Amino acid sequence: MNTIKRILGIVWIVLGLAAGYYLIVSQAIPQFTSGKGEDLVPAVIYTFILMPIITGGLCIFGWYALTGEYRDGD
Amino acid sequence: MVNASASPAVTTNKKTLWKVIGASSLGTLIEWYDFYIFGSLAIVISTKFFPPDNPTAAFLSTLATFAAGFVVRPFGALFFGRLGDIIGRKYTFMVTLLLMGLATCAIGLVPGYETIGFAAPIIVLVLRLLQGLALGGEYGGAATYVAEHSEPHKRGFRTSWIQTTATFGLFISLAVIMLTKSSMSAEAFDDWGWRVPFLISSVMVVVSYFIRRNMDESPLFKKAKNEGKTSTNPLRESFGKKYNFKFVLLALFGATMGQGVIWYTGQFYALSFLQSVCKVDFDQTNFIIGCALLAGTGFFVFFGWLSDKIGRKPIMLAGMLLAVLTYRPIYDRMYRLTDVEAKQELMEQRRTVGQTLVKVYNDGSTATVVSQGDAVTQTVKVGQRAFFFLALLVFIQVLYVTMVYGPIAAFLVEMFPVHIRYTSMSLPYHIGNGIFGGLLPAVATYLVTKAQAANMAQQASGALPYDKPYLEGLWYPIIIASVSFIIGLLYIKNKNQDVQ
Repeated sequence: MNTIKRILGIVWIVLGLAAGYYLIVSQAIPQFTSGKGEDLVPAVIYTFILMPIITGGLCIFGWYALTGEYRDGD
Repeated sequence: MVNASASPAVTTNKKTLWKVIGASSLGTLIEWYDFYIFGSLAIVISTKFFPPDNPTAAFLSTLATFAAGFVVRPFGALFFGRLGDIIGRKYTFMVTLLLMGLATCAIGLVPGYETIGFAAPIIVLVLRLLQGLALGGEYGGAATYVAEHSEPHKRGFRTSWIQTTATFGLFISLAVIMLTKSSMSAEAFDDWGWRVPFLISSVMVVVSYFIRRNMDESPLFKKAKNEGKTSTNPLRESFGKKYNFKFVLLALFGATMGQGVIWYTGQFYALSFLQSVCKVDFDQTNFIIGCALLAGTGFFVFFGWLSDKIGRKPIMLAGMLLAVLTYRPIYDRMYRLTDVEAKQELMEQRRTVGQTLVKVYNDGSTATVVSQGDAVTQTVKVGQRAFFFLALLVFIQVLYVTMVYGPIAAFLVEMFPVHIRYTSMSLPYHIGNGIFGGLLPAVATYLVTKAQAANMAQQASGALPYDKPYLEGLWYPIIIASVSFIIGLLYIKNKNQDVQ
């Protein structure tokens, strides 16, 4: 189980980065440039709130998992 | 995590314990009431504080203001959590109670957009931010306070009473709104009556303040303070030390993130979905949600009690898994129950009054179509059978909420040691609920609106990009709850921990 937890650490880091890419490139940038007022609110939410928490948080969590911080016995 | 054999138990007698639970729950209940009347009145508020020329943009702006209150909750958690770990739980959640009461009352007094222009939405936003800060400090304090008074083997049961307050607060907010509406004409409610639920809060806050004032400090905190074991810098200890910070992250990604989206899907998105996607009548929607909440609230206590017997983890994860698997069928069914296009109209009962057309359908549903210039709005009132099934479908979602939310206070309290508990448990709770959950109505409504617009744009070609655009908003909670389920399953231990 400890090996699986550590290997999955890579998955969480990749997931964090992929979520960041999706939120910024696929969602926020098209919304910022759409010129529609109603697109601005979700664009700001994606860029300044969700992306830092999801990407930053999952990457750190993944790193801790990868380095064995969550191994059984703690 | 906290060691089970760290120190001997500090116990509180049963009578005092119920007083502690009652006073803590009452204050938290009022804070939730204050916080949710804004959401329950979102549609009315959008017409009062925002420019009236674009109703959809005004509604989205209102949801964004509603969401702003959630976004600042983690900051409230940090600010008041730190205070709670330094000066004590009791004094801190007295301050949050008063702050919340003042902000709520003030929202009820702000003049509308027609009177003071753009100052109106700005003032409302500031007051909403104050509400969010207060709530950020309140919950962690109340949960910690009750848990630190409880017997170790009944902590899930005792803290589950705090957990009922969020749902019960929403229920009371809906009930007060409906009572206020029914006691006056529709014009009077639209004109000034919507302010009443905000103003009522001030009375409740004063009552709760005097009840809380006479309570003692948490025995564990008092003990730690007497022994000189409280933290001088809880923020640095919670988030600057890897040993604690890794549990903050685990609590967030493995529990509160999934719990937050399930909470807000089951109670708030269901309300928003029925009103703005299905176009169900405002009062009827509130009644449907109210019935489901009332029927479901007792299950918070049941699952809290059960978590003392079989562990917090299996119950919370089962709730997440069930939600992930069943949200789409549930919302699809809700949409079809309200879709009058699929019902048979009784043409002989069709009537027109001025610019209002009333259609009656074979299952007892009615659709009221109002034409004002180019704008056509339709409101649906479902028949008895559809009403029952809608209440049942929302109840099922509330049941998921009780599974993930009932045990979570005990779960979070047990993750962190007494000297940094208030700070450490408050932050993941409020990021999970305030940010992942609180943003849900705005993000999900936006995803549905976007999918519907894409389908409209492609209508002429016949190849619609979305088969069921009204379900698109559900991808947000489904994906987040799935990730949380996997992390929780693999990384969280099942054994309940001691808090001493």
